[in-house]
Amino acid sequence: MLTFFARRLLAMVVTALCLTFVVFWLTNLAPNLEKIAKTEAGARITDAEVESWLDKNGFGGPILLRYGEWLGVLPGWTQVEEDGTVRGRCLTEGVDPAAPPRFCGILQGDWGHSRVFRTEVIEVIGRGLALTGKLMFWVMVVMVPGALLLGVLAGMREGSRTDRVLSTAAIATTATPEYVSGVVFIAVFTSSAVGLKWFNGSATSAMEDATFVNFTLPVLTIALYGMGYIARMTRASMAEVMTSQYIRTARLKGVSFPQVVIRHALRNALIAPFTVIMLQVPWLLTGVVIVETLFNYKGFGWTLVEAAGNNDIELLLGVSVVSVIVVLVTQLISDVGYAVLNPRIRLS
Amino acid sequence: MEPLTWTGSLGGVLDPLLMTASVLFAAALVVAAVLGLVAPAPQVRVNADGTLSAGAGPRGWAGLAVRATGGLLLLTLLAYLLGGLLMPYGEAGIVGAVLRRFLPVWIALVVTFGLSLAYKRRLGLYGKLFDSPIGMVGLGLVLFWIYTALAVGVFGLIATHDPLAAVSGLKNKPPGVPVPGAESMVAGAHYLLGGDALARDVFSRMVHGSWIVVQIAPLATLFAFLVGITLGLPAGYRGGRFDTVLSFLANLILAFPVILLFYLLVTPEIVQTGIPSFMAIGLFLFPILFMAVLLWSRFRTQPSKAALLLALTLVPLVWLYLSLVSQTGTPVNFLGGLDLFDIPSGVLVVFVSVVFVNAPTVFRIVRGLAMDIRTRDYVAAAQTRGESSWYVMLWEILPNARGPLIVDFCLRIGYTTILLGTLGFFGLGLPPDSPDWGSTINTGRQLLSVFPHTALVPAVALLSLVLGLNLLADGLREESLRD
Repeated sequence: MLTFFARRLLAMVVTALCLTFVVFWLTNLAPNLEKIAKTEAGARITDAEVESWLDKNGFGGPILLRYGEWLGVLPGWTQVEEDGTVRGRCLTEGVDPAAPPRFCGILQGDWGHSRVFRTEVIEVIGRGLALTGKLMFWVMVVMVPGALLLGVLAGMREGSRTDRVLSTAAIATTATPEYVSGVVFIAVFTSSAVGLKWFNGSATSAMEDATFVNFTLPVLTIALYGMGYIARMTRASMAEVMTSQYIRTARLKGVSFPQVVIRHALRNALIAPFTVIMLQVPWLLTGVVIVETLFNYKGFGWTLVEAAGNNDIELLLGVSVVSVIVVLVTQLISDVGYAVLNPRIRLS
Repeated sequence: MEPLTWTGSLGGVLDPLLMTASVLFAAALVVAAVLGLVAPAPQVRVNADGTLSAGAGPRGWAGLAVRATGGLLLLTLLAYLLGGLLMPYGEAGIVGAVLRRFLPVWIALVVTFGLSLAYKRRLGLYGKLFDSPIGMVGLGLVLFWIYTALAVGVFGLIATHDPLAAVSGLKNKPPGVPVPGAESMVAGAHYLLGGDALARDVFSRMVHGSWIVVQIAPLATLFAFLVGITLGLPAGYRGGRFDTVLSFLANLILAFPVILLFYLLVTPEIVQTGIPSFMAIGLFLFPILFMAVLLWSRFRTQPSKAALLLALTLVPLVWLYLSLVSQTGTPVNFLGGLDLFDIPSGVLVVFVSVVFVNAPTVFRIVRGLAMDIRTRDYVAAAQTRGESSWYVMLWEILPNARGPLIVDFCLRIGYTTILLGTLGFFGLGLPPDSPDWGSTINTGRQLLSVFPHTALVPAVALLSLVLGLNLLADGLREESLRD
């Protein structure tokens, strides 16, 4: 078990390094850097001036070197100006210029400065994550019990009319991406054209104070798309368990059908959906970005769009690091959780 | 001229009927679903002559109710269609006029379904699809959009206006608004589904959008499948270090949040560096490799036949490939006058990134299937015959993995459509005035709560296509599992 865990952890670290390097490389391509130089130093500067600006601000070195600096495993760059002052990666405001820290990358907690929001990246991301956490909490509260109930009811008697109706409903929700259901919800429940003004079309006010009126639609929009998939997986797992030998034995002993479902089938049928719910998280991330843009809720997904749209490299890198880590950690939890929950794997 | 109402003179009779039928159908579905859970199974009686008989029981009655109300609903919808087709323009309202615009599609659908139903026993898996109502509905929806796309894109039918032309005075107007200056009641006298924020016809943009989706989504899925199959088969069949490296790479791409990848790849700056063009060079090489290996492994014992077949397939493929990757205005441009066509760089980068995102999942599916099938007896028999390993992979394993692959192909086209919509929704890749559904939803959502029709129309179109593909996949899965 321990070696399994260690091996997974090692693979995860390697994956995280590769992915962050790819993001670093893509955000630091020459045209992106040129755009930054032009926004910082003026749009009309010549190519030679762009070069010298980039060299002065630490964008000049080879990519691997800069990746190391950004990560915090190589010492940050320093440069002596003509007037004798020393500038450097680690020499931000409030740092003693005489004894600057040698390393300052994300490993040291120095995530850089956001050009769009004019504050520290870590602050922007923390604020976004807190808001998105609130959204995701309610999504999970709605989605997981709903999907499990739907799947268990459908898988209990495979092929029955109940199964067919519920399965078709599940298919319909997986076929409805967030930007479609969100648009339909806003048009039906908030517009003056239809007239049902039950909910708010914008969730901006929910950032401070989430109420039923302003938070229902964003939560429902994300939950609906994920629900169908989890429900189908639960149904498949439940249907498989219901055909197994020990269920037949219990039925032949004379245990009533509801008893068999609740006491015997349910526990084994819920192992597979657990992993599916965990693996669903990266998909939910796309949904979060869409819904936060659509409902103007300034969480993590909205931050991603702002960072990418405005070429805010440091912020975009921070956002990528967080999302890559979230994805990898949920994968790890899903693997380890499956091994812990499933006695056949745990004992071998 | 008068604006059109929704259902015109049909509405008086049919609208209440439609309301009643849909409420009854929904109620019957709920009752049937609940009864399936709680009602007891029908009791079986033994008769005096030794035969068994069973009453319908509550479940049977509920099933009958679903079928009856469903039939009523279907008949009502059919009445709208016939009314729209038979009554003169404008009499049957917007619904009638829209349905009438789709006349070529209805004809093609009726012909397809009639022929397929008549010969369904001889059509294999496709014919069996007509045994499952869900599969038939799915196929109907998918064919509807395919025929619409072909009618719009190839024959120039259906659309009433130019999707890019604005008519002044029709900005954000509601459905059924008359076009200023139109005199007679003919097609094109109204904006059937209203005007958008730039006074363009929402209906024409929607049907033109289907052509873009139907061109890109299946082709991108096909490329993803060819990449996934070409890499997944050897990984699953041989295993070893090759498998380890490829699986790691696939997991790497899969761990990347899709939306982030799109934001990094589909930007004008990245297009400038030529990365999408280089990715296209790599990814589009796989179909050629696949075809070459497929033919060579089969006919390598007959070199003259193999050479002929290879030349016949590879020369056009390579030419297509070279014209595809060589684009004027990008860093990769070498073919000059021999270049058959240029793809707009926006479309190319969208295409490449969608293939790139989908290929690892297909790789994993194919790898799993190959690992399962390589233990079968017919694979051992082929190995004993001394067949090459590529022959075993492509001519023994691949045909026997077709069931799950076909089902996944349908699902994945739907998923690709969703991805294309996501790209459009964020305004990535395709030009902003492109009529594809994602971009139209994006432009329409600005004023969503005041003028919902501009975003709602493409949203419903996208939903129906993806739903159709999912239902089709479900029907195929059910029918392929049955035998």
